[in-house]
Amino acid sequence: MRDQFISLTLLLCALHSACGLYFHISETERKCFIEEVPDETTVIVNYKVELYDPRSNGFMPSSPGIGMHVEVRDSDDKIVLSRVYSSQGRISFTSHTPGEHVICMYSNSTAWFSGAQLRVHLDIQVGEHAIDYANVAQKEKLTELQLRIRQLLDQVEQITKEQNYQRYREERFRHTSESTNSRVLWWSLAQTVVLVCMGFWQMRHLKSFFEAKKLV
Amino acid sequence: MNTQLNLAVVFLALMQCIAAVEFTFDLADNAEDCFYEEIKKNSSAYFEFQVSAGGQLDVDVTLKDPQGQVIYKLEKATFDSHQFVAESTGVYTACFGNQFSAFSHKIVYVDFQVGEEPALPGVDEHATVLTQMETSSQAIHKGLNDILDAQTHHRLREAQGRKRAEDLNQRVMVWSSLETAAVILIGLVQIMVLRNFFTDRKPSQAHYGRL
Repeated sequence: MRDQFISLTLLLCALHSACGLYFHISETERKCFIEEVPDETTVIVNYKVELYDPRSNGFMPSSPGIGMHVEVRDSDDKIVLSRVYSSQGRISFTSHTPGEHVICMYSNSTAWFSGAQLRVHLDIQVGEHAIDYANVAQKEKLTELQLRIRQLLDQVEQITKEQNYQRYREERFRHTSESTNSRVLWWSLAQTVVLVCMGFWQMRHLKSFFEAKKLV
Repeated sequence: MNTQLNLAVVFLALMQCIAAVEFTFDLADNAEDCFYEEIKKNSSAYFEFQVSAGGQLDVDVTLKDPQGQVIYKLEKATFDSHQFVAESTGVYTACFGNQFSAFSHKIVYVDFQVGEEPALPGVDEHATVLTQMETSSQAIHKGLNDILDAQTHHRLREAQGRKRAEDLNQRVMVWSSLETAAVILIGLVQIMVLRNFFTDRKPSQAHYGRL
């Protein structure tokens, strides 16, 4: 009975990940997605890769030979995660610094030229969307109302995080603007000084030159 | 028995096949990127995009239905949203084109939602009337969702502004360095040219002097 359930779950999970957005890449191509997230936010990426089958002119639902290399970099370009997964996978990571996280995927194919086409099903969930409430309800034995309130709490928390991130971004923006401002100011001052010095030196030099040549 | 029921509910939630995906991707110059989504007949879909960086912040957008007919098309657009109801079951295509721009790559944010937002998983579809608490919690949930959407919108706007400001900062820096160099160079060259002028005349002058 239990085994049946597990197999059914797996089947339905497969069905689930099969629906949703997909796109095509060639075997050697690299595809990157950017997720801008606040700190301490969970991001879940579900993907499934299908290999183009020229014989049936379709995509093979399961392609065991294909592996996907997934790489996640944070806003400082540090690698958060870099691993090879199988043709179907679920990647979850939590951001430690706020900012743009780049998720790159490419197949581990060794083809020299862009080989076959790959179809990649992708689903990215961020923040409270990533929480599996069915699981939470089961684990913590919550009633329906409690679960709803729990969801609201998670949402509010997400909003707070986002607002903190907004403040951080505003600070960074202001910093850039102030830097531009001071650069304009100092450069224009420096420019004036350079111009005046140059003019002064030119006059003096020419004067002494003409005097030496006895032209004046 | 209870766990079985719960599992069944989970399955139901999964079976509904509701997709809401938002992501940002990098559209290379001269390229076209397409995304596909299978939509069932009569389900509503919401599509939104925004270009947050690169060039004139414009991109060509096309939505096609399973028969390949264009249902929505915009050229050189920065931001728009489109809501539609699927007229047939099949694979809908959303394409972003950047063929008109030979140098600048674009950063594009996409939000593609199909179907209604799923009810809370683990909570079965209600036969009974919702209590007041439940209705208000649902209302709050909707409100918070709107807030999150607004925040995303602001974030993208801010990203646009910031990228422009950073560009400006960089440009001010480079241009003023170049200009300073140009001023000094021109000053030096001017003197050299003038000196050359008068030095060239010297032999003829000497000639006149001798006469």
